[in-house]
Amino acid sequence: MSNVDLTQLPAGPTIKGKLSRDDVIMRMGMGVIALYLIVTLAFPLWAMLSKSFSTFKFDLAGYELQVSDEDGTYSGEILTPELLNSELQVLTDNDLIAGSDSRLGLTPFFPDFSFRSPVKYQIRNTTDVGRFLVGSELKTGTEWLELDSNTFRRVQMRPVKATGMGNFINYFSTPALFNSIKNSMLIAVISTVVTVTLAFWFAYALNRTCMRFKGFFRLVAMAPILVPSLLPGIALVYLFGNQGMIKELLFGASIYGPIGIVIGSVFFTFPHAFIIISTALAISDARLYEAAASLRSTPWRTFWTVTIPGARYGLISAAFVVFNLVITDFGLPKVIGGQFNVLAVDIYKQVIGQQNFEMGAVVSVVLVIPAIFAFAIDRLVQSKQVALLSARSVPYQPTPNAKTDGIFFTYCVLVALFIVGILGVCQFAALIKFWPYDLSFSLTNYDFDRMDGGGWGSYYNSIKLGLFTAVAGTCIVFFGAYLVEKTNGFRLGRALFQMFAMLPMAIPGMVLGLAYIFFFNNPSNPLNMIYGTMAILVICSVTHFYTVSHLTAVTALKQMDREFESVSASLKQPTMKLFSRVTVPVCLPSVLDISIYLFVNAMTTVSAVVFLYSPKTSLASIAVLNMDDAGDIAPAAAMGMMIFYTNALARIIHLIVSKGVLKRTQAWRAR
Amino acid sequence: MKFGMKWLAPLAAGLFAAQTAAAETELTVYTAVEAEDLARYAETFNASNPDIKINWVRDSTGIITAKLLAERDNPQADVVWGLAATSLLLLKSEGMLEAYAPAGVEMLDPKFVDKGDVPSWVGMDAWVASVCYNTVEAEKNGLTPPTSWKDLTDPMYKGHLIMPNPNSSGTGFLDVSSWLQMFGEEEGWAYMDALHGNIARYTHSGSKPCKLAAAGEIPIGISFAFRGAKSKADGAPLEIIVPSEGVGWDMEATAIIAGTANQEAAQKLVDFSITKEAMEMYNVGYAVVAMPGVAKPVEHFPEGLLDAMIDNDFEFAANNRAAILKEWQSRYDGKSEPKN
Repeated sequence: MSNVDLTQLPAGPTIKGKLSRDDVIMRMGMGVIALYLIVTLAFPLWAMLSKSFSTFKFDLAGYELQVSDEDGTYSGEILTPELLNSELQVLTDNDLIAGSDSRLGLTPFFPDFSFRSPVKYQIRNTTDVGRFLVGSELKTGTEWLELDSNTFRRVQMRPVKATGMGNFINYFSTPALFNSIKNSMLIAVISTVVTVTLAFWFAYALNRTCMRFKGFFRLVAMAPILVPSLLPGIALVYLFGNQGMIKELLFGASIYGPIGIVIGSVFFTFPHAFIIISTALAISDARLYEAAASLRSTPWRTFWTVTIPGARYGLISAAFVVFNLVITDFGLPKVIGGQFNVLAVDIYKQVIGQQNFEMGAVVSVVLVIPAIFAFAIDRLVQSKQVALLSARSVPYQPTPNAKTDGIFFTYCVLVALFIVGILGVCQFAALIKFWPYDLSFSLTNYDFDRMDGGGWGSYYNSIKLGLFTAVAGTCIVFFGAYLVEKTNGFRLGRALFQMFAMLPMAIPGMVLGLAYIFFFNNPSNPLNMIYGTMAILVICSVTHFYTVSHLTAVTALKQMDREFESVSASLKQPTMKLFSRVTVPVCLPSVLDISIYLFVNAMTTVSAVVFLYSPKTSLASIAVLNMDDAGDIAPAAAMGMMIFYTNALARIIHLIVSKGVLKRTQAWRAR
Repeated sequence: MKFGMKWLAPLAAGLFAAQTAAAETELTVYTAVEAEDLARYAETFNASNPDIKINWVRDSTGIITAKLLAERDNPQADVVWGLAATSLLLLKSEGMLEAYAPAGVEMLDPKFVDKGDVPSWVGMDAWVASVCYNTVEAEKNGLTPPTSWKDLTDPMYKGHLIMPNPNSSGTGFLDVSSWLQMFGEEEGWAYMDALHGNIARYTHSGSKPCKLAAAGEIPIGISFAFRGAKSKADGAPLEIIVPSEGVGWDMEATAIIAGTANQEAAQKLVDFSITKEAMEMYNVGYAVVAMPGVAKPVEHFPEGLLDAMIDNDFEFAANNRAAILKEWQSRYDGKSEPKN
């Protein structure tokens, strides 16, 4: 009916005027949200990139020296370390690349130096920015300073700021650092292969067999999403550590290292792979299987020629998602990695352990490359995916088969045991008084206020962060998605916005967090005041989890015909009214999905916030990390399980609310 | 006060300003002292200085140091009370500390005072390296207790030893710097080469080795005495061993940040930080304090700790830190097998 009305209306300037005002509002709205993404994503990343090129360098020409003879008289000859170095070749160019904390003594430039000699030295900076230390006294300025030999040996040159590739040269000439690239790639690849294989057969069992308890298995498979990634690491310590319950199973190998990282990664990435592959396997055309059967193809051959090709996009996508999760994860290798260095932990070590922010930025840049690469391939594959189901397709229905159903059931039980086992071990460990010497049950490990990490306050902070992130994030993301989906024209702007919305997925949490330090902790930044507050944690979490939320919103919005907008326009209703009265209620299930996704992730994330929390805003997930770091492993497990229960409860509430909401707002869907 | 009485306002404002200055100065104090001790410290200080209010900013040593360095051009702190001397030396070499000789500084053990003409920082108490030895697990593995650092290189301990990574832990660094000072550069590295062969892995934090030893995860953890004493008090089967060659140590210390607007109050705080009263306050948790003769033994602390403390050259440690860490990293980090 609306169509008819619209076409019968004469195109009048008034209508056009109304439309354009709405358009202006929408474009402005889009501009605001794009600005949000630029300020919270593009600027910080830029700040980080420039930090990685900010180097420190010893400026040998920045000092002048005079050496007296044994009687203390100076010949007047003025030396510079640069001159001496070109004669003596004490240092190479690489030795001059420094960190902010580097020092370099001057005595190597004087081969016949002796601290007992009566020879005296004079030294000065040639520039105002030059600095050197005598002992630990900082000397600046260009005045000559006279020192005896014994004091002269305590002179240390300090590096000056410069710009260049120095940090990168330093990085790649330090084997302990760049070995991490190999290590990270290795565990990411192994974990990906294992997880995708396991998840594929699990999804296959759930979609293509007639075994029982599918609902239960689906539930169990999703459980790891509710815990921080480092929790399986803690469970593995209790299972396979030196005092482990079943350490014999490792036959003497150490769980601290690649083995532990891979097992833990499989645990926490399993649900992600499972969802994607399950979706791919859920839809299939039965006619292909009929054709295969009528061609007398063996089940094995059918599997390779029909099933796998049908699920290939899902498999590839799952593989890259898992790869990305593993290579960017920080909590797990921190807990169980032992001596096996990976990139994400290197960033932490550089920044927290050595306050070497520049090198932290360099490792971040290195880590972003594989992450963006994996992400780009995933997007490319997804965009190539075409509809497998046409109107004429017949949905595939599995037929009962006692033998295969039995095998798959056993398989699923094993996987479920693995997942439930890991969680069970953590809960068990949390309740034991003092493993392994006092096995009585007690709640002492829940006395978080006695431990480092912020105590129970951090738990409440986490819930606060989860709620704020869910509310603020859902509003920003959904509104942004609506604007980008429903704005007329303005193609370039919309395409740019889409690109920005995709970017957070490719940026590892550690990198984003570090970038936030560089950007927001800069005193000249007017947004500096949010540094160290809950606000920066919320902003970081919203930005970090923007992409998936955005895609969920876009998918929901795509289901709504654009004619709604046309109708509201023809009824002279402002778009914003349509948005609040029609669009939001219709999309409410997706809105709720987005908010629960944001809540759960804000509760579990470690990497994005580890550089940003302050003593007043410590978080539960960080407390798990810090308690484990301090050696309080049982309380760490206890806190990790608190996160699990909270998230599980949030899920249940979400389920109940969704049901109620569905009944109220989605009644029109049923006929 | 703001009832439109224009002529009163300036007067009132002046009065108030004068009053608050007399009544309360607020000091922003950065610290790495254990959170549970802070309230007690502030209370004791306020008993004699009721007009100065302390606003604590607390975090771990590494993070507080990073924060102070990051704020170099725009310092937020007035005083640092309870930060590792190694960190304070870093700040000193950036010219961030205000030299000040607090009243009574001559009463302190000279080890605990900065070597500058006017000291830039003064010490409070020391935390001392020690070896945490789990008697139950050691017996299971047939180990005998080591008595010296050199003992730890015995092949018997292979895989039963854990220590903090000096690149991420201050405790780890004080171990390494003490070995280099005691054994000399060359022999020190040779010692660490041998030790590396026995180390199961390096931890990120300094307290974890002792906690792991306490939990029996590994029989021997190189950590610090304070941590071991706490675990022992919790009932862990630990022996705290002080190696015979001597042990490395670092101290918690106090300093004024250059450019503070509250110079006078800051000096009062630093004066207080080295009084006998303050020393007794530190002694609750720490067995070694800066003023000789004050410390009473703390339960579970090993004997002879004070005598075993080496004559730590903090300047050497600070000026060679970057180079030592680089060398350590290239030798041991990320390799499961020892060099050679």
